Amino acid sequence: MSTAVEEKKSAPAQPLIGKKERQLLSDPMDSNNPITVQVLGICSALAVTVQMKPAFFMTLGVIFVTMMSNLIISLMRNIIPGRVRIIVQLAVVSTFVILVDQVLKAYAYDVSKQLSVFVGLIVTNCIVMGRLEAFAMGNKPFPSLLDGIGNGLGYGAILMVVAFVRELLGSGSVFGFKVFDAIGINYIGNGVMVIPAGASIVIGLVIWAQRARNGMVESD
Amino acid sequence: MENLISIAVRSIFVDNMIFAYFLGMCSYLAVSKKVKTAIGLGAAVIFVLGITIPLNWLVYNYFLKAGAMSWTGIEALAKVDLSFIGLIIYISVIAAFVQLTEMAVEKISPALYAALGIFLPLIAVNCSILGGALFMIGRPYNLAEATTFGIGSGIGWFLAVVALAAIREKLKYSDVPAPLRGLGITFIIVGLMSFGFLSFMGFSI
Repeated sequence: MSTAVEEKKSAPAQPLIGKKERQLLSDPMDSNNPITVQVLGICSALAVTVQMKPAFFMTLGVIFVTMMSNLIISLMRNIIPGRVRIIVQLAVVSTFVILVDQVLKAYAYDVSKQLSVFVGLIVTNCIVMGRLEAFAMGNKPFPSLLDGIGNGLGYGAILMVVAFVRELLGSGSVFGFKVFDAIGINYIGNGVMVIPAGASIVIGLVIWAQRARNGMVESD
Repeated sequence: MENLISIAVRSIFVDNMIFAYFLGMCSYLAVSKKVKTAIGLGAAVIFVLGITIPLNWLVYNYFLKAGAMSWTGIEALAKVDLSFIGLIIYISVIAAFVQLTEMAVEKISPALYAALGIFLPLIAVNCSILGGALFMIGRPYNLAEATTFGIGSGIGWFLAVVALAAIREKLKYSDVPAPLRGLGITFIIVGLMSFGFLSFMGFSI
């Protein structure tokens, strides 16, 4: 959770969606991506990306939880005692996760079955906690809300890319639609992409591609 | 007994927390730079999983499950099903236990605290702990089996983190393409290690 501390400066009064606000939304999509740059929320990124549909619902869930808990914690930031803040944050986050879990169970039962424990694990998803610590604790509600949405979207972008590669190569389909059958090619699914090892390698390559483009190099 | 051994082998090798479910990846990647710190965190995970899983088992079976509270003898309570708030209860049990252990270890053994101290708070948000609790709820374990499952999963996590740390220590001497350095190559190594652990699939006692 060693994310940028300089983000704690709050923005001066300006139009509702100014340059700074736009950056809050767009930076996490690429140059400050929660998965590939901040190294947060890896577990679920690897586990739910066998197919695109569960990955998509997972993205929606995470966007909702980061957005709402960022907003609530930011509203409460001045009254939370420093020593017990982790418990307070966990309580707020798990309330929203229970909401997501119950809604999924009610309206998308098959997806909820596929995601199994990983919906519950949004509670300990480091993106949520990491953004609360690094941003919402020191910023006004509105920028925090945007930061939550931005990081949720950045997470979702990587999730969808990995899920796309894995579903296409693993079972020859996109969102359950058999692409290869439709264009008349007989494609036999590549088992490597379906197993967890495939996810890890795909995400490694995504990170390579993204960092090569942004010119980011880790020194160690 | 046989049953317990089978659960232990499954949770250590076949259903390894890291290689089969990718639980606890964040701290896994963060602390696997040196073998020594990896051993510290690994030991802490074994300890916390080994205690919180049976704790959460008790909570689930005596408070949350439908009809779990019939032991109180009060009819109104006997029909209550609280399993929907399970999540918030499990994470509170875990966070409270971690906090208590930290305080106890600090008082009783400052040496151990110095060795483990910084890793304990990290564990409260390690997904393998909450994940272990959620998996345990989904399977029909009794108390002994749940404890075995907890300790076994912890040992599996320990093995995985120490192995990766050893590889990464050696990796410093190799010439990795610049953008792939650090996180990228680590993911690819984890993938390859995961292939290795696949060979345990279908392994049973």
